Amino acid sequence: MLKGTVHKYGADFDTDAIIPGRYLNLTTVEEVARHCMEDVDPDFLTRVRPGDIVVATTNFGCGSSREHAPMALKGVGIACVIAKSFARIFFRNAINIGLPLLESADAVDNTEAGDVLEVDLASGTINNLTRGKTFTAAAYPEFMAELISAGGLIEFTRQRLAGKGV
Amino acid sequence: MMTLVEKILAAHCGKEKVSPGEFITARVDIVMANDVTAPIAIREFRRIGVSKVFDPAKIVLVPDHFTPNKDIISAENAKMMREFAHEQGTVYFEVGQMCGIEHALLPEQGLALPGEVIIGGDSHTCTYGALGAFATGMGSTDIAAAMATGDTWIKVPPTIKLVYHGRLGQWVGGKDLILFTIGNIGVDGALYAAMEFTGEAIDNLSIDGRLTMANMAIEAGGKAGIFRVDETTRAYLKNRARHAFNEYEPDADAEYSRVIEFDVSEMEPQVSLPGSPANATPISKVGTVKIDQAVIGSCTNGRLEDLRVAAGILKGRKVNPNVRCLVFPGTQQIYLDALTEGLIETFVRAGAAVSTPTCGPCAGLHMGILAAGERCISTTNRNFISRMGSPKSELYLSGPAVAAASAVTGKITSPGEMT
Repeated sequence: MLKGTVHKYGADFDTDAIIPGRYLNLTTVEEVARHCMEDVDPDFLTRVRPGDIVVATTNFGCGSSREHAPMALKGVGIACVIAKSFARIFFRNAINIGLPLLESADAVDNTEAGDVLEVDLASGTINNLTRGKTFTAAAYPEFMAELISAGGLIEFTRQRLAGKGV
Repeated sequence: MMTLVEKILAAHCGKEKVSPGEFITARVDIVMANDVTAPIAIREFRRIGVSKVFDPAKIVLVPDHFTPNKDIISAENAKMMREFAHEQGTVYFEVGQMCGIEHALLPEQGLALPGEVIIGGDSHTCTYGALGAFATGMGSTDIAAAMATGDTWIKVPPTIKLVYHGRLGQWVGGKDLILFTIGNIGVDGALYAAMEFTGEAIDNLSIDGRLTMANMAIEAGGKAGIFRVDETTRAYLKNRARHAFNEYEPDADAEYSRVIEFDVSEMEPQVSLPGSPANATPISKVGTVKIDQAVIGSCTNGRLEDLRVAAGILKGRKVNPNVRCLVFPGTQQIYLDALTEGLIETFVRAGAAVSTPTCGPCAGLHMGILAAGERCISTTNRNFISRMGSPKSELYLSGPAVAAASAVTGKITSPGEMT
């Protein structure tokens, strides 16, 4: 069970906003985390606490394929991102590296910055403790669920290749 | 009953038929990465526990983002990628040696071909759809896995058919069409979908113009942007394609999730106002916007045709004293062709700085970075906040004709006013 405070953003929040291009020569979670949201929300790094949750509206993570974006969010301790929809490359990247994403328009519409959410990833249940409301996120397709339960794409691929006897 | 994209994907997963929403494991024909995405991909590849890539001839590594190396960290990343390329025997292009910006380079080098499935560690990998490939961008970990296995999982996208009726006016090209389209459907208007570009205006569009359009499919959220193969495609690929390829055609009764039709015969040159490529505006409605910088080039508009358009406007004129005009040819071959044709001399005489190919300014990495309060018009593909530098700078997107005209006058200007 995850429990954290909400940081809320709007529509089409792009990966340049999550981690500006000038830091793309950094390659570790720790390094990129130091610049997360730097240009668009300069106070984010002082506000954010490990376990916090990012909530956004539509098309979160649009733009570049930089894996640095989910890496930065993971690095500052964001436990999961809840949005109405995600840009597809960001979605793959986050799942691949083990940053949980949940889609629930109701949860987004009924959550404000500073609210405290409790999230059960297994069932997709999102409980807004501040407002006393409960929501259920869309279930992952079976294939994605397998990938997540394997522990991300690298583990999934290791197991797959081992199964093949490669 | 399948679209072009569905046919290509079916052929790459050994199925008779695939449908939108279906998860498949598709064989990949090319796996590409650059000096930003490859270092992380290589690190993750090592974790998988295989020693060799699945097929070195199908892995393409291109140093283009922070190259020529911006600083020591960038140099270490480029070195790591180079050493991996040599160790594995992958396709690799060294800076200066017929290298270039990946999405200008792969088509030029005959490495992106019709009917193929191409994945790249860069969101603008969708560019290769101009040649009838299913091409899509992914992150480093997906690239790592594909380098090991030779395949990748894909959720079959629905296809949106975009039909462009009419003939384009003099100063209107592929960039104007795609900015107009994104302005119309929004930055998530094609989220998770493939965009199939058709119609009279497309039939008459050059490969350079099609590459520009496919390049920006991602800016509408698209998984891919694709064009049917025609005589223009075949002529481009003749003596260029590195191996044989398959052409696919959509079925007459293919199912599209949406069909969108535009009459583009009266379309003006388009400019996307700062903040989003979807802020597309006809140039006559932009108003008076003074600029400090004009960037002409990139994987979107750094091809020979783009440079010809820009040079045509700059010839015999001077860049405004208050403007830095930067020209970035897409590849060394384009640079050389532009040199031979006299375009480079035109740029230098006009007062433009001509650079070696690099993604530098487009992604705010190095070269041409903007200060707070500065305004730039650019032929690149994104104008998000802080994309080219300071979060307090402003970035306008256009095609090369508008950018070149603006460089001369010092304010955003229609090329039609330059005569």
